[in-house]
Formats: sequence, C-alpha cells, structure tokens
Amino acid sequence: MAAILYARGLEARYGWTQVLHGVSFEIEPGGITTILGANGAGKTTTLRAVCGMVKAAGTLEFEGRSILGLATEDVARLGIAHVPEGRGTFVNLTVEENLRVGAAARKDRGAVERDAERVYGYFPRLRERHAQPAGTLSGGEQQMLAIARALMLRPRLLLLDEPSLGLAPLIVREIFRIVQAVNREEKVSVLLVEQNAALALEVADHAYLLETGRVVRGGAAAEIAGDEAVRRSYLGY
Amino acid sequence: MEILIQQVLSGLATGGIYGALALALVMIYQSTDVVNFSQGEMAMFSTYLCWSMINAGMPYWGAFFCTLAVSFAGGIAIQRLIIQPVQNAPVLAIVIVTVALLVIFNSVAGWLYSYIQKPFPSPFPEKPLKFGNIVFGAHDLGMIGVTMVVLAMLYGFFRFTPLGLVMRAAAQNPVSSRLCGIRVGRMLAFGWGLAAMVGSVAGMMVAPIVFLDPNMMGGIMIYAFASATLGGMSSPIGAVLGGFIVGVIENLVGTYVKFIGTELKFTVALALILVVLTFMPSGLFGRSEVKRV
Repeated sequence: MAAILYARGLEARYGWTQVLHGVSFEIEPGGITTILGANGAGKTTTLRAVCGMVKAAGTLEFEGRSILGLATEDVARLGIAHVPEGRGTFVNLTVEENLRVGAAARKDRGAVERDAERVYGYFPRLRERHAQPAGTLSGGEQQMLAIARALMLRPRLLLLDEPSLGLAPLIVREIFRIVQAVNREEKVSVLLVEQNAALALEVADHAYLLETGRVVRGGAAAEIAGDEAVRRSYLGY
Repeated sequence: MEILIQQVLSGLATGGIYGALALALVMIYQSTDVVNFSQGEMAMFSTYLCWSMINAGMPYWGAFFCTLAVSFAGGIAIQRLIIQPVQNAPVLAIVIVTVALLVIFNSVAGWLYSYIQKPFPSPFPEKPLKFGNIVFGAHDLGMIGVTMVVLAMLYGFFRFTPLGLVMRAAAQNPVSSRLCGIRVGRMLAFGWGLAAMVGSVAGMMVAPIVFLDPNMMGGIMIYAFASATLGGMSSPIGAVLGGFIVGVIENLVGTYVKFIGTELKFTVALALILVVLTFMPSGLFGRSEVKRV
C-alpha cells in the first residue's frame, strides 16, 4: 500500500546546528508508527519538519503530494493534525472553545457539532469540564484536550509528540488506549514520538529508531521490541 | 455637589475616549506583543479623512461610517505592508517602526491639511441638557453613548462570533492556532483593522472638543497609555475601565487639587503610569504573564 506520509533524506537545522541528517521513513495508512530515540535525537524536529515549523530539505510527501516548504496552517488544512510537546492548549479558552478552534479551518460547519459529540465520546472527562477554562485542567486532561482538539480537524494523520510527558502512568495508559481506539475507529493514521519506548512499541505497528538525526533502524514494532540492542539501550532490561 | 457630579460626568466622557484608545492599544499588544505608538496618529488621520468627507458635502453619519470602513481597511494595510515584513524582528525594532509611523502620519497630515486648528462638527445638539441644577453637555452624553455602543459591539464580536473566537485564539497562542489550520497572519491584520476602527471613533468623538490638528492626539495618547497601564495591558475590559477611571481622576484632580489645575494634569497621568508600573505591573485587571523558558 502507498505510504500516507513519505520522507526521504529529510534534513533540518536550527541556525548553524544541523539536527536532521537525512531522515527517511514511511507511514502506512491506518497504522500507528512510532519514532523512538534518546533526548536530542531529532524526534521533535522531525515532527516539526513535517508541519513546516522548521525549514527542511529532502523529500516529504503526504498522500503522494509534496508538502515540503508549505506553511504550517496549509499542512494542517491538508489533514495533518499535530499535538505538540507541552500540549499547546488555549489556556484562557474553555474546553468547548478549544474544540471549536480546532475545527475553525474546516468548511463543513454543520458537521462540527456532531464531531464534538463524537470526540466527547472518547474523552468523557472533557464533556464534564466543557465550560471550564483549559488552564484549570489537570495535566492529563490537558493532554486529552490537545488530542481532542486535533481530532476536530478531522485529520487523516495525527502527529503526537511525547503525549506521556509529565503524566502519571495510569493516565498515560488511559490516553494510549484512547489513541488506539481513535486510530481504529476514525481511520486516522498516527505518528507517535515517545521517550517511553516500551509503551510506544506496545501500541505501534511500525517503529523507527532515531540516533543523532539519522534513522538507524526501522521495521515492525514487534521485531524492534525483540531486538537485543534496542532492548538494552531503549527498554532498559 | 453639582460641580462634583458634572466633573465626574465629563470625566467619564473623556474617559471613554481614553478607554477606546487604550483598548486599541491592548488589542494589538495582546496579539503581537507590540505597543503601537502610532495608534493616536492613525486615529487623528482618520478624523481628518472624516473632516474631508464632511467638507465635500457628505452628511455627518455617512462620513462617520465611511471613515470606519476606510480606517479598518487602512489598519489591515498597515499591518500587511509595514508590520508583517518586520514581524520576526526584535520587539524594539517593531516599536521603532510604529514610532516612525507616528511621525509619518503626523507630518503627512500637517502637509495635507496644515497645522492650523480646524473646528470639527459634533453630531449632537449644542443645547446643554439640564437636570435640576446640573448641566450636561449633549456632546459629552453622546460621546459616552457612542463609546459604549462600540465597546459593546466589540465585546459581542469577540465573545460570541466564530471569527472573534478564532481571533482570540490566534492572539493567545499563534503556534497552536497554525497547527489548527488558522491563518494567523490574516487574523493579526484583522485585529489591526479593528483597532484602527476603534481609534477612529475616538478621534471623531474627541475632535469637537480639542479641535482638529495634527497634534491633537499627543496628550490624549498619554492618558490612553495611563489607562491601558492602569487596567492592565493583558485585559481589554481593564483598559476600558482604566480609561474611565483615568478620565474621572484627571477631572477631579484638576478641579479640586488647586496646585495641579490644568497645567499639571499630564503629570498626573505620567505619575499614575509610574506608580502602577512600580507597585502593580500587571495593572488592576491584568494577569501577570508567566513565560516558560
């Protein structure tokens, strides 16, 4: 099957520092793909490059069309929703307003109400707090809100950057379970960047290993999880 | 007692003007982190345009609404053509650009219309209204009315319309807004347009009192800055309330504190800015901003 996202030789730099030295990966439609790597390996930069948040060179195609050099808002409008590290919710807006902003770029205004209902179905806690300013939510709820808001765009590809960051293990479990459900039921492909490699490999179909701006391994998640070297350096047992 | 009520009322009337300009400042400050020093001169220029239209034979309210439309378009044009290209420059550079705009508007107005003061018509009757012993200027009351209507409309727009919501989102968190597919640049330009429009209302309302001349906004902007500082640069409602408070204080102090009188009134505004910034930097209604580094 043709990849929904295809990257070949992706390079990116911040000022004089090159961060990505030719990153290549493919994302199968409908699956969950994870990019693993240590701090500073270039995971977040890879996602930022996909969304046009950092200037990149190489090949980058979404559903067969090049998205390299597109403005971030145009990438989003094509159907790529990015949940950034640190969540990026609108803290002064209510939960409900956050969701409405998430759907602001869509043309089909009528379907937005229905989608909000569906999204609340995945995140019942958010429904309870719908009139509360996002800033008053707990960390876990804010992460849920960030994902819910991304879903309001009706994306075909969901980019998740460290969704487990700073959250209690129980909440992380809950969030990952919801991500899996969303992936299955909404037919949204997911690209997950995680430091918690064990968890990421558990939910993902495919995995890539990123080391200092290069992809050093890629394959089925189960296969990567079974690899001796990977186990020692990323899973720690 | 009559004097007190009269002074408070006329304080509220000019306070509405300060509040409107303070609101224009806050709207732009919130979305771009930049204080637009040319806000007052933009308003002055709009007022001259209105004067030209009235002089050419247009009825007052026709000219008024045309000026709103032109100011809105002008604000958008300034953001797109002048501010956007320097958007990623350090804040100080953008501030200097707005100062340059101030000088440019001021001198272009002087060049086109001369520096001689011109009378500007009021749409309200000249006859003062009497309630018992208290006399109100009709223009003062009308000015309060117009300002309140404009503020209520803006509030409704930001609070209850989808576009208003998106503009608030874009101002608050441009990065996340882009990730939602929102065209942030367009929203910022729209904000400049609205700010220019609000400023033009203030200009047209205050011109019958201070007369029309290229420097008419100088003093008024000092009060507007004091209002925005007092209310809090992060709070639109605070800016408006700050305007009313400053207007009333200005009048009462001028009337009752003998050594200040009319000569030292500006000093009061500047002293207010200093005191607020020293003891309450985020103002009465503002939130202190916490930035993650």
